[in-house]
Parts: sequence; structure tokens; C-alpha cells
Amino acid sequence: MVRVEFLGPIQKEALEVEAATLRDVAAALQNDEEVKDWLESCAVAVNDTLVKSLDTELKSGDKVSLLPPVCGG
Amino acid sequence: MLEIFDGPVPVEEILVRWYRDEAGSNYGAYIPFIGTIRDEDEISGLSFDIYEPILESWFTAWQERAREAGAILKMAHSRGDVPLHTSSYVAAVFSPKRKVALKMINDFVEDFKASAPIWKYDLKDGKRLYAADRSTPISGSGLLGE
Repeated sequence: MVRVEFLGPIQKEALEVEAATLRDVAAALQNDEEVKDWLESCAVAVNDTLVKSLDTELKSGDKVSLLPPVCGG
Repeated sequence: MLEIFDGPVPVEEILVRWYRDEAGSNYGAYIPFIGTIRDEDEISGLSFDIYEPILESWFTAWQERAREAGAILKMAHSRGDVPLHTSSYVAAVFSPKRKVALKMINDFVEDFKASAPIWKYDLKDGKRLYAADRSTPISGSGLLGE
């Protein structure tokens, strides 16, 4: 299982998801009514490193974070 | 150096401390940028969430970029609520000469706005409202929507 965390304004508790790659996480979240509208605008980090491929491999215990649009300062 | 404060950033203390810390470092230029909360749209202030692990790695990469240019970068930011007319952000570049520092503070703040994992909320009518229309998707966003 990987842990999926939702950062900033996404008001949602972390999820545990069975996933071998990020593609599996995408499939799970696209069926989640609470979060699916955020997916188009979120960046994704695996274990606190930003990633750009759905083929990114995951192993049990990995942390996947969703980062919605930012505005510091 | 990356500093996070709960509430407003203590601007005067920081500017003086950073100045003193580098007084003997032989930098000819010290260029700070200070972000202050303006009275607009009937807000009583702003509020911020920060995700520190990625903010730290982003800032470390910028420190390396500064070092290669012979400069150093410092930054302080607020977490939580920041009232009107106080400050939520201070960044500064020290470099041997001004041109490097002036360009770097601009490039740094631009990338900060586009990439630093910080989320802004308006404080209005007792509510904390995500500033969605002023926020920018981080490069590479949308992966999970494909």
C-alpha cells in the first residue's frame, strides 16, 4: 500500500492505495468524487520529490503527495 | 538559510540580523525583497500553509545556483495568519556586485511564486478562503488527470 496525502486547500484525509505505479494512483483518484476535480491542477511528489511520469514505480510504504496551485509571498 | 515563522515575519529583526551576519563576508550588495499584506478586497489579512520538505529541497537547489554565481540567498516566510500591513515574506541576495544580486532576486522571487509549495488564503468575514484565482499550478501539474 502507498499513502496518498493531499496538501494545502484540498480538505481530505490521507488515503492508503494499492499501487505499483502512479498510473494506479491516478485510476483510484479519478473515481474519487472529493478529489477528481483537483487532479488537472495538481503536481505530484513521490517521497517528497516532484515527478512527471505516470510510469513512476511505487513500493509499499511510499508517500504520494498532491500539490495544488501555489501562491507564496 | 530558510526561516519559517508562525504569524508575521519580524522584518526589522531579520534585515538587521542578516546584514550583521554578512558584514564581514565581503559582499558589496545586499538586495532584500519584502512582501507586505495590502488592504484590498475587504480582507483582514492572509493566511498560509507550507509544505516544508519540498520547500526545503527547492530552496537548497536555489542556494546552489546562488553559490555558483558567487552569491548567497536567504529567505523567511510566514505560516498561519498574517494581518494587514504586516509582512509574510522576506528574501535577500548577497553578492559581490549589484547586477548579479538584482537579477537573482527577480529570478528567485518569480520562481518562488511559481514553484514554492505554499498556499495562500484570504481572511474575510471570519472565513479562510483559498486564493485559487491568484495561484499557479506547479510545472508538470495535471499528471494524475491524464
